[in-house]
Amino acid sequence: MARIIVVTSGKGGVGKTTTSAAFATGLALKGFRTAVIDFDVGLRNLDLIMGCERRVVYDFVNVINQEATLNQALIRDKRCDNLFILPASQTRDKESLTKEGVERVLGELGETFDYIVCDSPAGIERGATLAMYFADDAIVVTNPEVSSVRDSDRMLGILASKSRRAEAGGEPIKEYLLLTRYSPQRAKIGEMLSVDDVQEILSLHLLGVIPDSRAVLNASNAGSPVILDEKSDAGRAYDDAVRRYLGEDVPHRFIAAEKKSFISRLFRG
Amino acid sequence: MGLLDYFRGSRTDSAAVAKERLQILVAHERAERNKPDYLPLLQKELLEVIRKYVNVGQDAITVTMEKDDNREVLELNVVLPDAIESRPKRKRG
Repeated sequence: MARIIVVTSGKGGVGKTTTSAAFATGLALKGFRTAVIDFDVGLRNLDLIMGCERRVVYDFVNVINQEATLNQALIRDKRCDNLFILPASQTRDKESLTKEGVERVLGELGETFDYIVCDSPAGIERGATLAMYFADDAIVVTNPEVSSVRDSDRMLGILASKSRRAEAGGEPIKEYLLLTRYSPQRAKIGEMLSVDDVQEILSLHLLGVIPDSRAVLNASNAGSPVILDEKSDAGRAYDDAVRRYLGEDVPHRFIAAEKKSFISRLFRG
Repeated sequence: MGLLDYFRGSRTDSAAVAKERLQILVAHERAERNKPDYLPLLQKELLEVIRKYVNVGQDAITVTMEKDDNREVLELNVVLPDAIESRPKRKRG
């Protein structure tokens, strides 16, 4: 049985797809057979971030409608043998995603994969609720910003009430906080909510802090998950987060403001 | 704080404001969603019963549930109209 991870946030533009791509790649690099699924029906983008947009033939909805088999639709990553991408459909018909269909596809994937990463769309519509419904673990991607924090808390409420685990009444979904686009410098001078502030408000287990980094845009420009950029701060932060998820005790980095020279302190604070 | 900031005047700690606003909001929204889900229906049915006897408006009744560590309080608040309008009008024979 595969473990199902949903990457969710409520708010758009906080880094769900970037995180799904990086996290799935990280798990695959550690030797786990990993599938990453784009649940954003109508607005697929995971293929672009993963750099396989020109290799899409069949998609998630084709598999649900049994117009294609899973093997036909899954795209094997060129950089990493253990990694497969199931792209979203570009159809405008959101009804095509059904609970039974999603359950069947996840069940079939579960027979041969170790991890299934579900990249949730923004909002709380069908794609988002179905992405989280079957999850075992949830990565709540949050920016240190009021609307993102509030939306994350709303998602926690939905995770706790409208999921298979919640309805079965067993062990609840394990929830992790991933704080993205973090600027330690701005937090230090009181311009941005700090890691501690966000954790205090949401009271979640902190999986990692991804610094606001130029590497993220560079990675998506190139269609290469940022975790493969091993020299970058964001790439290393994602690698840390994956290792923490797998149970390693990795100290947090990129939380404290870097020490600046006397001259730059004089001018910028 | 840099020297130039010192001359520019004091900075605002906007993150502290954000944190305080969020703490209040999140606490409120969590309380809302932890309400038992029968409350809206209970409110509707109670209103129907009350309206059999007293002519009150749709929003004359509020039902709230509060939780302490060791007890739950179900509070029912009905605003009655002025005495003159209170009885449903009867047709004269």
